[in-house]
Amino acid sequence: MISLFGLFGIFIVLMLIAGIYYIVATLNLIRVLIGIEILMKAATLSIILAGYLGGNSALAQSMVITLIVIEVEIMVVVGGVVLNVYRHNHNIDTSELRKLKG
Amino acid sequence: MMIDIILLTLVLLMTLWTVMTTRLLSSVIGLALTSVVLSVILFRLNSPWAAVFELSVCAGLIPVIFITTISFTQRLTPEQFITRKKKRLARFWYLPVIVILAGVLLSRLHLSFDFTLPQPAFENNLKDLFWNQRHLDLLGQIAILLAAVFGVVVFFKEAKQ
Repeated sequence: MISLFGLFGIFIVLMLIAGIYYIVATLNLIRVLIGIEILMKAATLSIILAGYLGGNSALAQSMVITLIVIEVEIMVVVGGVVLNVYRHNHNIDTSELRKLKG
Repeated sequence: MMIDIILLTLVLLMTLWTVMTTRLLSSVIGLALTSVVLSVILFRLNSPWAAVFELSVCAGLIPVIFITTISFTQRLTPEQFITRKKKRLARFWYLPVIVILAGVLLSRLHLSFDFTLPQPAFENNLKDLFWNQRHLDLLGQIAILLAAVFGVVVFFKEAKQ
């Protein structure tokens, strides 16, 4: 019989694999952001799981609330960066961003 | 345990749909649905406040940010869309195979950790913990939000003529 930690651990690892693969394989900058978001969801689940199993849910929740604030901040700022890249290059496909070459 | 397995499978399926789908908007909607199911799991793990934040911010606000960003970019022509769809499929068909293999492998390993953490003195009420012990977190969060506002203002500042 698999433990609760083992069960959640498997799914957290699979989510991490999906997120990392997405970031590595995609060429679209907005999709990279979505990949980061998937990784953060796996991190959220693992923090809450650790709090639940360790009997310290309140501390885990306070950490997750901070994590979510940081998540929004990253999405807003990097979304601004992506829009600026689009403004200057009319493209967000990383394989076609020639102007980035020094 | 059975409900947990169903919910976790649902989260994984939503994640895979987010990753595999060709349309960017579908991908964002998949991400929002992932957050919705994740918030149900957080409720079940005795973390209602984190679940509420996850539901309102990650399933509500972040898709809006993504859709706004997407709306500023240009739609692909049908020819470009078909070409990119084929290229995407060539790059991404490995992922479900890798996920299934990793899942089977990890479930066969029977990983068992003795997850008994040393118990420090802690507050188990989020309100008291947040306002009495972790109040500096709030300052950090305010600083982060101000940094975000500053960043956005700098990025969208028009050059003076």
